[in-house]
Amino acid sequence: MPKTVNINVHHVTRIEGHGNIRVQASDGKVQKVEWQVPEAPRFFEAMLRGRSWQEVQTVVCRICGICSFAHSLASVQATENALGVEVSEQTDRLRILAFGGEQLESHVLHVGYLVTPDLLGVNSVIPLANSHPAVVMAVVRAHRLGNEWMELLGGRRTHPVSFRPGGFGKLPTEGELRDLKGRLEKVVPDLTLIAETVASLADKLPPFERPTEYVALVEPGVYTFYHGMIGSTDTPDRLPIGRFEEVANEYVSPQSTAKWARWHRPSYAVGALARFKLNHANLHPLAAKTARLLGLEPACCNPYTNSLAQVVEAVEVVEAGIEQIDDLLSRGIQNEAPRKVRPKAGTGVGAVEAPRGTLFHKYTYNDHGVCTAANVCIPTNQNHANIQKDFEALLPKVLDRSEAEIRLLLEMLVRAYDPCVSCSTH
Amino acid sequence: MGKPRVAIFDFACCEGCQLQIVNLEEEILDLLTVIDPVEWREASSDHSDTYDVAVVEGSITRPEDEDRLKEIRRRAKVLVALGACAATGGLNKLKNRFEMYEVRQCVYGLDASMPHLATQPAKALHQVVKVDVNVHGCPISREEFARVVRCLARGTMPVTPNYPVCVECKMRETVCRYEYNEVCLGVITRGGCNAPCPAGGQWCYGCRGLVDEPNVNAARDVLTKYGRTVEELQSRMELFNNQEGQPCPRQ
Repeated sequence: MPKTVNINVHHVTRIEGHGNIRVQASDGKVQKVEWQVPEAPRFFEAMLRGRSWQEVQTVVCRICGICSFAHSLASVQATENALGVEVSEQTDRLRILAFGGEQLESHVLHVGYLVTPDLLGVNSVIPLANSHPAVVMAVVRAHRLGNEWMELLGGRRTHPVSFRPGGFGKLPTEGELRDLKGRLEKVVPDLTLIAETVASLADKLPPFERPTEYVALVEPGVYTFYHGMIGSTDTPDRLPIGRFEEVANEYVSPQSTAKWARWHRPSYAVGALARFKLNHANLHPLAAKTARLLGLEPACCNPYTNSLAQVVEAVEVVEAGIEQIDDLLSRGIQNEAPRKVRPKAGTGVGAVEAPRGTLFHKYTYNDHGVCTAANVCIPTNQNHANIQKDFEALLPKVLDRSEAEIRLLLEMLVRAYDPCVSCSTH
Repeated sequence: MGKPRVAIFDFACCEGCQLQIVNLEEEILDLLTVIDPVEWREASSDHSDTYDVAVVEGSITRPEDEDRLKEIRRRAKVLVALGACAATGGLNKLKNRFEMYEVRQCVYGLDASMPHLATQPAKALHQVVKVDVNVHGCPISREEFARVVRCLARGTMPVTPNYPVCVECKMRETVCRYEYNEVCLGVITRGGCNAPCPAGGQWCYGCRGLVDEPNVNAARDVLTKYGRTVEELQSRMELFNNQEGQPCPRQ
C-alpha cells in the first residue's frame, strides 16, 4: 500500500515538560521514528556545588514541581548517609506516610486529568466535568486529599519545607493524624469509583506488549516507596542503592537534553507498572482487589497499562497510610527536634520510588558540609530509551492506520509513562 | 466584553507553578466562568495562535527560547510572569555563578560540546520582553494567582504585595525562626505567600524576591539582636536573589 506517514508533534500535550515525536515512513517502511527531548537543561548538579548541606534539600526539590516530595526525601536520605546521621523511627514512619500523599496526588492527577481524556476522545478534563460529573468530582476530591495530606506532613503541597536532614522542622499533632485517617477512610469510595470507571475504559488501552527489563526498589514484605534495594525483572540479584550508577549507565543521546539509561538490555522501564511487577505480592488487600478489577496481571508487558498500576497504587498508599497512622498513634507522637548534624566529609546516596519510578540522589560533601559534587538520576531519564524502543516496536505494527490514529497511539504511549520531562533534564 | 482568552506557556522550570493552578481544584471551574483557556499544553491538547493573556512560567536560557518568548509577547495583550523562575530568574540563576561551558562539562562530561546542550546565563522574562504582571514565589500562591486572574478578567491590574514576610508570620502567630537560632530572610522578602515556610519549620529563603524598599536597618537590628551577621544573611540570599550571578566564592 503506497502511503506516506509524516508526523511531527512539537511538544506533546498533557505531559510534564517538552517532548517531541517525529515519524517518517513511506511504502510501509519506517525511515525515522524518534522520541525527542528538547527541554532546556537547568544544570542542577552544577548549581549544587558550593551549597551547604542545610540548603541542598531546598534546591533539589525544585528539580520537579510534580514530585518535589520524592526529591526532597531522596535528598535528606542522601545527606544523612553522607554525614552519618541516623534518624528516629518516628521520622522514618512520618516520611513514609508523607510520601503516600504525593503518590495519591500524582497518580490521580495523571490518570484523571491527563490520561482519561484520551480514553473518552476529548482534549482535556474540562469537558468531562459536564459529561462525567460524578467521577470527575471523585478525582478532584482524591486529588485535593493527596495535596492536603502532603501539606500536613511536608508543610506545603509543592516544594515541602518540613523535611530536614535529621528529622522534621515541624511535626503533625496526634489530632491532625487522626483527622487525616478519617479522611483517608472516606476517600476509599471515591477511589473505588475511579477504579471502576477506569476498568470500564480499560479496553480502550491499545493492546501492545513489548517485554523489557523492569526496575524498582524492593524490600521484603513491603510494597515499598522509600526503602529497599534495587530489583530487576531480568535478574534475581538485588543491588544496594549505593551502586545505582552501575544500574542506570546514563549516556547522552543526540535526540535528548535528558540523559538516557540502560542496564541488561538496550533500555529498561521504571514506574508504577515496574513496581507492580516486582512487588505485587506485598499489596494490601483492597489494592490487590483493585488490580483484579482492572485485569492487571504481573506478567503484563503492555506499557499503556502503567496507568492501571497507578490506580492500584493510589489505593495501596491509602490503605498503607491508614495502617501507618494507627501505628504512629499507638506509639504516640514524640515532640523531637531534628537530630544534630555535624558536618563532615563524605559521599551518600538516597533512593526513593517517585510516582514515576526510582529516583537516586548522590552528594559529596567536604569537611564543612559544603556540597562539592552531585549526581541526580531521575525516573524519566531511565524511561526515555524505553519509550524510544516502544516506538520502534509499535510503529511497524500500526503503519496501516491513519496518520491521526498513529499520532494518537504514540502520544498515548508517551503519556502512559507519565513522563516528567523537565525533571529528567534538570 | 467577552471572556479574556488565556494561554499558558513554560520555559526552563519545574512546572510546579502550573501545578498550583491545578491545585485550585474546584475553584478552576469558577475561574472558567470568567476566562477562556485556549492553550495549556500541560493539561490540554487545545491549541490557539491567538490569545489576550499569556501566562508564562520559567526562565530563559537559550536564544531559541528568547525568540519564542518574543513571539508570545507579540501576540498577547497582557503578559503574566508566573513564579520565581519567570519573575526574577529564581533558583535558575544559581547557574550564572559559573562559566557556561563549565556547567555543561559538569553535567554532561565528555559530551558537553554537543550543540543541543548549549545554554546561556538564566534570565527572568523581563530581561527579554516587557512583563505586565509578576506572580512571585517558588511555587506561586494559588490564591494569589486566582486573584490575579479575576482582576485581569475585570480589566483591572492586580496589585503585587509589597510588605515583608514577617508581617504574615506575625498575623499567623508563627514563632520567629531567629528564636530557633536560624537566619531567616523574611525581614526583607516580599510577602503575599502567607509565610508557609516559617510555619512549616523552615526559614524563609526569599523565593519571592526582595520587597521594593527593604528596611535594611530593621534587618540589621534583628541580626544584631540574635547575634547573627550580614554575611550569613547574604549567603542565604544566594539561592533566590542571586540577581546578576555573582561568581561563587566557595569554588
